[in-house]
Amino acid sequence: MLKMTRLGVAAALALSVSATAVFAENIKIAFIDPLSGPFATTGTNGLAEYQFAADYFVNQKGGVGGRNFEIVGFDNKMDGKESLINLQVAIDQGVHYVVQGNSSGIAHAITDAVNKHNKRNPDSRVLFLNYSAVDPALTNEACNFWHFRFDANADIKMDALTDVIAANADIKKVYVIGQDYSFGKAVADAAVKMLGEKRSDVEIVGNELHPIGKVKDFTPYARKIVASGADAVITGNWGSDMVGLGKAIIEAGFTGPIYTYYAASNGITGTFGEAGVGKINLVSEGSLNPSANADVDAYVDAFEAKFPDHDIAQPRIANVVRMLAMAIEKAGDADDVVAVAKALEGMEADNFWGGKLMMRPQDHQIIQDVYVMQQAAGVKHKLDNSDYGLETAVKVENASADIATTCQMERP
Amino acid sequence: MDLVVINLIDGLFYGLLLFMLSSGLTLIFSMMGVLNFAHASFYMLGAYFAYQISQYIGFWPGLLFAPILVGIGGALIERYGLRRVHQYGHVPELIFTFGLALLIEELVKFFWGNNLMPYREPEILKFVLFSVGSNAVPAYKIFMIFTSMAIFLALLYVLTRTRIGMIIQAALSFPRTVEALGHNVPLVFMGVFGVGTALAGVAGVLAGPVLGTFPGMAFVLGSIVFVTIVIGGLGSLWGALVASLLLGWLTTFAASSSFAFSTLLEGIGMVRPEDMDESMLRDLWTLTLPQIGPILPYILMILILVLRPYGLFGKRDV
Repeated sequence: MLKMTRLGVAAALALSVSATAVFAENIKIAFIDPLSGPFATTGTNGLAEYQFAADYFVNQKGGVGGRNFEIVGFDNKMDGKESLINLQVAIDQGVHYVVQGNSSGIAHAITDAVNKHNKRNPDSRVLFLNYSAVDPALTNEACNFWHFRFDANADIKMDALTDVIAANADIKKVYVIGQDYSFGKAVADAAVKMLGEKRSDVEIVGNELHPIGKVKDFTPYARKIVASGADAVITGNWGSDMVGLGKAIIEAGFTGPIYTYYAASNGITGTFGEAGVGKINLVSEGSLNPSANADVDAYVDAFEAKFPDHDIAQPRIANVVRMLAMAIEKAGDADDVVAVAKALEGMEADNFWGGKLMMRPQDHQIIQDVYVMQQAAGVKHKLDNSDYGLETAVKVENASADIATTCQMERP
Repeated sequence: MDLVVINLIDGLFYGLLLFMLSSGLTLIFSMMGVLNFAHASFYMLGAYFAYQISQYIGFWPGLLFAPILVGIGGALIERYGLRRVHQYGHVPELIFTFGLALLIEELVKFFWGNNLMPYREPEILKFVLFSVGSNAVPAYKIFMIFTSMAIFLALLYVLTRTRIGMIIQAALSFPRTVEALGHNVPLVFMGVFGVGTALAGVAGVLAGPVLGTFPGMAFVLGSIVFVTIVIGGLGSLWGALVASLLLGWLTTFAASSSFAFSTLLEGIGMVRPEDMDESMLRDLWTLTLPQIGPILPYILMILILVLRPYGLFGKRDV
């Protein structure tokens, strides 16, 4: 018995030593997002997309300088404090790259913590690659050298959306409705401001906030929207608030377009089904239907084959992984994050989903094509294992490439 | 005017949905004195079961079988769980049902995942029955209103006109006497618990396609059901009906009104400040009724508890 134990201990030791030897080679990327709780769907889907992208673009091609990407998932439970603990644990494990996206509030906490950490610990600096938090402040007054945003921010998206509305002469009345918190208010303010600038004849017939996650039946809100005679609805709602609102509006007999930020995937597309076709519009980056080229099709098909329960809901994740790999290659050393950051800054690359990418040096906001897509049936790449997916209606090339920024960053 | 009519219909729809949930809860409470925290979870199970059944044999069998399954599940939980805990008093019972609610939610997530389920109304009811002004009323909603009314009438008939109803009512107030007369009171309890949870199941089957089928659906509706039975009076079927309709119309009209509190402030002679950041009352100046609509039921509940602790129709204290 004793011998067995000794053997086991020795074997375990040997294994752990060899394991660390292997892992030391890997370039670790900490993924800090909700993997449990009510927002786990988005988090687990994002993690799957990262793992797949790392394998597909880097590891299967022999890695970067012989080193593989390894995505380490951390569950932040959608909580700011938890995220900072995760960040510290990741740094202690020797991670140099952190990706996060869900909730701008958490992104603010992380970018602040990363900035302070890098000032105090020049030998263990980290980069924060923000792939989804869209609060414009992150690349304006709250910007810093270590933060890079790979998604179009809320203002860029609203800019594209209002361009589409402005070009549509049939839309004369717009109803704005959203969740009663910072993002919902930001969307409403941007919509009112930009529509006023672009089409002063468009009337905002309603501008309303409802409590977040508290409304059981959205029908009364929908009735008001229909009664207001609105031609289009703009909302930043997400999750069950999006589905509830969208279904109620459509059922109440509204026939115009509903412009949204997050009304796709995670069951939303499947739940809307036929009712959402042509009505649910979404502003996002990365078009799947039509796809830019055969590489995109191959990538999406391979992803769906490996993760049948997940979708490519955040195409930008592929660009995060690709651009990081390119920057590391250019810098020559994955552990020298200042060199990698300098390589990322101002980097121009081909967008995997079509078009170009440019990481603006002045504020680290990526500039890419932004699309307004529509729910459609029978498209090539479907979502939620349903018959429906998103189809591009309008493409805005290099959206808001010259958008003003108040960012003044200190560079090392 | 159109909006008032349409809101009356919508409020009736929402109120009757609340009633199907609260009637079961209030029955169970009046019978066993158990506040069933897991009641809304049975509502969720109803929706998920019906979705699963509808995947194979359609919506209508789901409407029939899902509540039966939920009811059987509820009865078994009463027989083998709640009855054992019952002897230790009310607090363990509360904790038991609370744990059950958490357990059911996790089980649902385990089997169906976090995503919304594409559970939809049957094709045959997918049309606009009539329109009030430009607002459409889907046939499914009217179907739901009539179904829940039918359930209420059936329940009322069984409880007041049949022998079973008499035994149930007697067991409610004098369980020992009823037992001494040779009736199996524990069996009656189990039956009531089963029927109560089955009613929640029916509510889930009907509401799932309209309000969405997702793991948070029990949590979203759970608190409001308690508010309903507290306002109506614990244990009173009529109270549950009146309170449900009251809350249905209250939240509907509040959400669709465009009343702003600034008109109230101006009404009492205050002047809108130039710079909102400086104003003490800036929240009140910018607040609208739809913004606080969903919390009105809770305000009403507190008022009821203060002014009339046994609820509108209740006979005993909360």
